[in-house]
Amino acid sequence: MNSNDTSRSALELAIRYGFIVLLCGLAIFFSIYASGFASARSAVFIFQSVAITGILALGVTCTLVVGGFDLSIGSVATSALMLSAYTMVILEQSAFVAVVVCLAMGALVGLINGLLIVKMRVPDLLATLGMMFLLIGLQRIPTQGNSIATGMNLPDGSVAEGTFSAAFLWLGRHRFDLFLDRLLPVPVVVFLLIALIIWLFLGYTRHGRLMYAIGSNERAAGLVGTNVHRYKIVAYMISGMLASVGGILLAARLGRGDIASGNNLLLDSVAAALIGFAVLGAARPNAFGTAAGALFVGILLQGLTMMNAPYYMQDFVKGAVLVAALVFTFYLSSRRGGRRTA
Amino acid sequence: MKDVTCKLNGLEKSFGRNHVLRGIDLELRAGEVTALMGANGAGKSTLVKILCGYHFADAGRIELGGVPYAPADAADAISKGVVTVHQSIDDGVIPDLDVATNLTLDRLTEPGVGLFVNDRKLRRQARAVAESMGLTMDVRTRVADLDVADRQMIAIARAMARSPKLLILDEPTSSLSASEADRLFNLIDRLRADGVAILYISHRMSDIRRVADRIVSMRDGAISGVFDTEPLDYTGAVNAMLGHQMTEVDIDPVAGGESVLDARELRLFKDSPSINFTAREGEVIAFTGLLGSGTTELAEVLFGLAEPAEGVLLLDGKAYRPTSATEAVASGVFMSPKDRSVNAVIADFDIADNMTLPFLKAFSRFSFLSERAQRRASRDMIDRIGVKCQSERDGIGTLSGGNQQKVMIGRWLLEDARVLLLDEPFQGVDIGARRDIGKYIRQTAAGRTTLVFVAEIDEALEIADRIIVLNEAMIAGEYVNRDVDLNHLVAAVSGPARMQASGQPLPTSPNQAMA
Repeated sequence: MNSNDTSRSALELAIRYGFIVLLCGLAIFFSIYASGFASARSAVFIFQSVAITGILALGVTCTLVVGGFDLSIGSVATSALMLSAYTMVILEQSAFVAVVVCLAMGALVGLINGLLIVKMRVPDLLATLGMMFLLIGLQRIPTQGNSIATGMNLPDGSVAEGTFSAAFLWLGRHRFDLFLDRLLPVPVVVFLLIALIIWLFLGYTRHGRLMYAIGSNERAAGLVGTNVHRYKIVAYMISGMLASVGGILLAARLGRGDIASGNNLLLDSVAAALIGFAVLGAARPNAFGTAAGALFVGILLQGLTMMNAPYYMQDFVKGAVLVAALVFTFYLSSRRGGRRTA
Repeated sequence: MKDVTCKLNGLEKSFGRNHVLRGIDLELRAGEVTALMGANGAGKSTLVKILCGYHFADAGRIELGGVPYAPADAADAISKGVVTVHQSIDDGVIPDLDVATNLTLDRLTEPGVGLFVNDRKLRRQARAVAESMGLTMDVRTRVADLDVADRQMIAIARAMARSPKLLILDEPTSSLSASEADRLFNLIDRLRADGVAILYISHRMSDIRRVADRIVSMRDGAISGVFDTEPLDYTGAVNAMLGHQMTEVDIDPVAGGESVLDARELRLFKDSPSINFTAREGEVIAFTGLLGSGTTELAEVLFGLAEPAEGVLLLDGKAYRPTSATEAVASGVFMSPKDRSVNAVIADFDIADNMTLPFLKAFSRFSFLSERAQRRASRDMIDRIGVKCQSERDGIGTLSGGNQQKVMIGRWLLEDARVLLLDEPFQGVDIGARRDIGKYIRQTAAGRTTLVFVAEIDEALEIADRIIVLNEAMIAGEYVNRDVDLNHLVAAVSGPARMQASGQPLPTSPNQAMA
C-alpha cells in the first residue's frame, strides 16, 4: 500500500476538489473571455436561471438519499403551475389560497408516490413514471388542454375574470436590493433558503442521517429500529412539495398558466442532482453538491451564451457535463475503493 | 466397489487472505448419495461453486469420469454432466414461464438451435422429461402457479434432462414440508438406482438419515471426517463438523436473578412443538442447533420480525408481542443480527455513525446531531470493546471482519438493554476478536438478559451460562455450562427430532429436569 500512497492521495485530491476547481476555472475562463460575465447582474442572472431547477433538484436529492428516485417532479411542477393559475384565474381565489393548494397537491402526490413504492411495492422508477404520465394528463383536463390566462373563454361560455394577484406575481418578479438596486429576485432567495434548509436537514439532523442509512443499507437501517417506510414516504413528500414550490415560482414569473412551459424541468434537475454526486467527492446525493451542480450548469450555459454559442448546443453541453460527472463519481470512487459496497 | 464418478484431489481456494478450502480430497461414486455436512463458513458452498463452475480452484485437480474436469463457467459444467440444484428454488426455475419451457430451457441455449421456437416439439420433449420423473402436471402450467415442492421437482427435472453424471443438491428440503420432502427422497432413490452420483448438502439429520449412503463432514475448509460404514455414525459426523476443541475460556456460570423474558408454549411454526424457557437477569443463554433448527426464527420472533404460530412472550412479567424492530427496540429488546454485511453494516458510514445509529436520538438536540457526542461515545466504546482502528472517523469498510462485528455489537451496548439478542455474533470473526466480544458481553451482562444464537457448540461454551439446544424447532436439551457432557450435547444437536415430533419422549429429558 505504501508504494502507491502518493498516487492514491493524488487521486483522493482529484476526487475531492476536482469538481470545485473545474467550477472556479470555468468562472475565471468566462470572466476573461466573455465580456460582461464577471458582474453582479450576470451572477444573479445565472442564479435566477437555475433557481427553479435547483429547487426541484433538491427534492430529487431527498429521494436519492433514501435510495429512491422521483421522475414525477417535472410534472408536479407544471401541475402546480396550472393549478395556481386555475385557482386564481378561474376560481378567483387569493394568492395565499393558490400557494397553499399547490403545496398540498405536491405533498399529496408525494404521499401517493411513497405509498405506491412502500406499500404496493411498485419499483420507484415505475411508480413515479406512472405518476408523471398521470399528472401530465390530469393538468390538461380542467381547461381542455388550453393555457390559462385572464380573459380566456371558459367551456360554459363565460370569460375568466380572475387575475394573477400582485402578491403572487411578487413571488416571481420582485427583486430585493442588495448593494445594487433591485438585484436579488425572490426565486433566487427561495432557492438559497431551501438549499440551506435541505443541507442542514440531510447533513446535520438525525433524520437526515437515518435517511442516508436507509439509502446505503435499507435492511440494516430497519433492523436498528428505523421506521424505513415512514422516512421513504417523507422523502417523496418533500420532493413533491419542493417541485410544487418550483411550479409556483414558475407561474409567478410567467404570470399565466402556460401549458407548454416546464418541459425541461425534470431532466435538468435530475442532472443537477446527479452532477452533485461528484462535488467534494461525496459519491452520494447531497444538498450542497446538488446546488453546486445546478450552478455549474448555469455558469456553463451563461458563459457559452455570452460567447455566442448557439442555443441548440445547450442540451448537448448539459449531457456532456452529466456524463463526465458520473464517470467522476462512479469510476474514480470505485478505484478509491473501500467506501461503497457493490 | 462402485465406480468413482468424480474425484477431487488437493483442492485449494482462497479469497484474499481468507483460505477457504485447504486441500480437499474426495471421491463421489456412481449410484451413491454422499451427504456433505459443515457449519457456516466451513467451505461447503465454495466447494459446490467450484464444482458447478462459478469459481476456479487455486490448486488441486478434479476428475470426472476419469478425465480432468475444470469447468469454464456454469454452462460448461452442465454440458460436462455436473448439474446443481441450488438452495433457493427460484434460482433453478423461471417462474413466469410454463413448465414445458422450463424443462427444455437449457436446450435453447445450445449452439446450433434455430431462431424460432417450435412450441409443439418443445412440449413433446418436456412431457417426456416430466413423465420420466413421475411428474403429472400439465406442462403448460405457469411455474409460478405451482407449489414449492413441484417447483423444486421442476428444478431437478431440468437438471435431469441433461442426464448428469453428478447431481448436486444444495439444502433441497429447506423449504419443503415433510410430505413434500418424501417425494423428493423417492426421486433421489430412483436417481441413485439409475447410477447418478449425488452430492447432498444438508443440515437436517432426519434427511441425512433417510438418504445418505455416506457422510462427509467439513470443518474450516478441510474434510474432518468420512463415515461410510453401516450403520452410519451420525453423532460422529456432527462432532466432526462442529469439531470441538477444549476451549481455554473458563466460565463460572451465573444462575441469574429475576425473570426478564418468559416464553410460554411458544410454537415457531404451525406444526412444531412448543418451546418454554425463562431468561433471567444477568445470565447469558446460548441457543444452539443446526441450521434450520429454529434458532434464527426464534431470534426473529423475539425481535418482532416474525410472528410465532402460537404462544405468549412475557417481558418483565408484561405481555410482549412486538410487530416490528422499532417496537422491540422501544421495549428495550435489542438485536445484533447475523450476516452483518447484509443486515447491519452501513457501508457508506464511518465507525461513529455506524455505532450510534440505533440511538441517534440520544445524540441530538432538536433533531440536530451533536457530532461531538457521537464521537465521544464511539471512542469510549471503541476503547472498551477493543476495536482496532485509527480513529472513530474511519470508514467501516476499512476494518477487518472481527472489528466490524465489534462495532455492530458495540452499537447495542451504548444504551442499557433489557434483552440483548446476538444472532451468530462470531460469524466471520477471527478467534482474537471472538474472545474480546465474548469477554465483553459477559462483563456487561448484569442488568439484562442476553440470548446468543450460535450454530457452533464451541462458541456456545465460550460465552453462555446456560445452553439450550434446539432441534427442528423444539428444545432438545438444556445444560448449565459447567462440565457439560459433550457427547450428550452433540447427541441433542443431531438428535432424532422427527421421531420425537411423532410422540416418542426424549431418552433423558434434561429440559424438564431443570424446569
